Amino acid sequence: MNIIQLAWRNIVKNPLNLLLSIILFGLGVGLISFLLLFNVQLKEKFDKNLAGIDLVIGAKGSPLQMILCSMYHIDNPTGNLPIKNVTPLLRETHPLIKKAIPLSLGDNYKSYRIVGTNHDLVTLYGGKLSVGNLWTKDYEVTIGKAVADDTGLKVGDEFVSSHGFVEDDDLAHDHVGFTVKGILEGTGSVLDQLILTNTATIWNVHEHQAEMADTSDHPDSDHEDQHIPDNSGHLHDNSNIDLLNHADKEITSVLIQYKNRTNFQALNFGRNINENTEMQAASPAIEINRLYNMIGVGTDALRSLAILIAVVSALSIFISLYKSMKERKYELALIRVMGASRTKVFSLIVLEGLILAFIGFLTGTILCHLGMEIISTYLKADFRYSFTGWRFLPEEWVVLVVSLLLGFIAAIIPAIQAAGTDINKTLSVK
Amino acid sequence: MISTHNLKYKYPGGSDIVLPDILCNPLDILLVLGSSGVGKTTLLHLLGGLLATQLGTVMINNTEISKLSGSRLDTFRGRNIGIVFQQNHFIEALTVLENVIVAQSLAGNKTDRTAAQNLLERLNIGHKANSYIRDISQGEKQRVAIARALINQPKLILADEPTSALDDQNCKEVLLLLQEQAKAAGSALVIVTHDTRLKDVISNRVILQ
Repeated sequence: MNIIQLAWRNIVKNPLNLLLSIILFGLGVGLISFLLLFNVQLKEKFDKNLAGIDLVIGAKGSPLQMILCSMYHIDNPTGNLPIKNVTPLLRETHPLIKKAIPLSLGDNYKSYRIVGTNHDLVTLYGGKLSVGNLWTKDYEVTIGKAVADDTGLKVGDEFVSSHGFVEDDDLAHDHVGFTVKGILEGTGSVLDQLILTNTATIWNVHEHQAEMADTSDHPDSDHEDQHIPDNSGHLHDNSNIDLLNHADKEITSVLIQYKNRTNFQALNFGRNINENTEMQAASPAIEINRLYNMIGVGTDALRSLAILIAVVSALSIFISLYKSMKERKYELALIRVMGASRTKVFSLIVLEGLILAFIGFLTGTILCHLGMEIISTYLKADFRYSFTGWRFLPEEWVVLVVSLLLGFIAAIIPAIQAAGTDINKTLSVK
Repeated sequence: MISTHNLKYKYPGGSDIVLPDILCNPLDILLVLGSSGVGKTTLLHLLGGLLATQLGTVMINNTEISKLSGSRLDTFRGRNIGIVFQQNHFIEALTVLENVIVAQSLAGNKTDRTAAQNLLERLNIGHKANSYIRDISQGEKQRVAIARALINQPKLILADEPTSALDDQNCKEVLLLLQEQAKAAGSALVIVTHDTRLKDVISNRVILQ
């Protein structure tokens, strides 16, 4: 029966006090750890998807929306970009640009986006083929790992897309079938969530739809998608040269990688586009920082709340220990009579505070990771982003230390009081 | 063995309490009698090392406890002195048996569950070993307190008014129990009380005035 056991027995003697302290402490710790875990994973997702892209060019509108749409595939496009406006950028001879990757959006399959692009996009995110090949012809697609896992599509399967970004049977492009040519390995980036094809396929799908809309007399004016008929009959390949041959068509945006991002011309490149053209250029790093700052206000508020809860819980530990000091006055004197030194009595009470804080920390940590795991399924359903609760951060050690510190602070006054018990006076009272 | 010499104590704002010298050898029983307010509790606390001596000496087995301080006094008390109070308090969170065991561990001794259980059996409360203190009767509590005071086989057992709240029958029983157990442990037994019933049974006595 050492003092740790004794402290433990004293704690479990008051199950209601224990429950209150642990729930409060657990909520505080849980919320703080959750915010840590969420922020770290969100930042990693965003950073991973930056993939060395220096600039995104699209139609004028909200730059953040354009970035979210073109790089993270969670928002709608700002509009379309006529190819003739971006032809200089798409040429390989451009002095500043190392890579220009066109993106065309507008369709989905089971809410996974179909992206018309070239093979550079796969390289950009470090994607590798797991099965099959990359797309080569129109209506051939290569799909990300998450798409394959979730929809069960296999190489050789055919599917029909749906217009827009949300699955909707009424908007299905009934006559157009895609064929899966390959499946990519998982990268942890947004690539996992995409269905990739060539740009021309996106044009074709929407031409087809435009024709259908004409014949059935259903104007489809609320969509800002490509409705320009294709008047060329030849095959499309995946090069930007193919796009240059169709200067009258439109794409959604272009992802740009500079040759040298510290070049001062490169620094002014985006501004020139914004000031002198109909297009909009935005730096992902800057926009994502802006987004962090916006989210930051929310997380700051939540974090303050979490800290408040943690402090209140420390206060509840203090009050319950302080109260029990009064009730256990004789017990403590008795412990002294039985040979415990003042230091031992002090340690006993401090231990009780520490044990409460530690259990609170454990509860909070379990809550945090379990909560994250549960929420991640919703996040996955809504944003196609996979978060996980089974990840532990080094910062959680800091949370542990701070928790124990709070427990110690809560216990120190009752502990000093207990250590100072005057045995003679306490036991003389009859 | 315990002996005192020239003990005198003064509470802040109070008058001097002059205490008679006492001597009690192992296996002996000493009765300290006195009515309320003459310093019985003060003497008991001085003997038990619960109160620091101001003047005079208290010797327990060749150790002058007035010279011990802090945690050394705490340890000495835990190991060598068993105290039975009139109003006995226990650690409510622990069972009867654990309350006895905790006395061993707080004194810095090895815990011996069997010894504690045996002692409880000897005091006829073995069947209550796993009950909580709140669930046992007053008389049983007194026995647990005696077991707790005896478990470390102390050199000295101090009993503070162990019988004053009891009827004649129980008074006799408790006294017998204390005597037996002190003998079994080879301890000196000092009973401090105002209960005059005891002076008929114990011849060796000091009267406080």
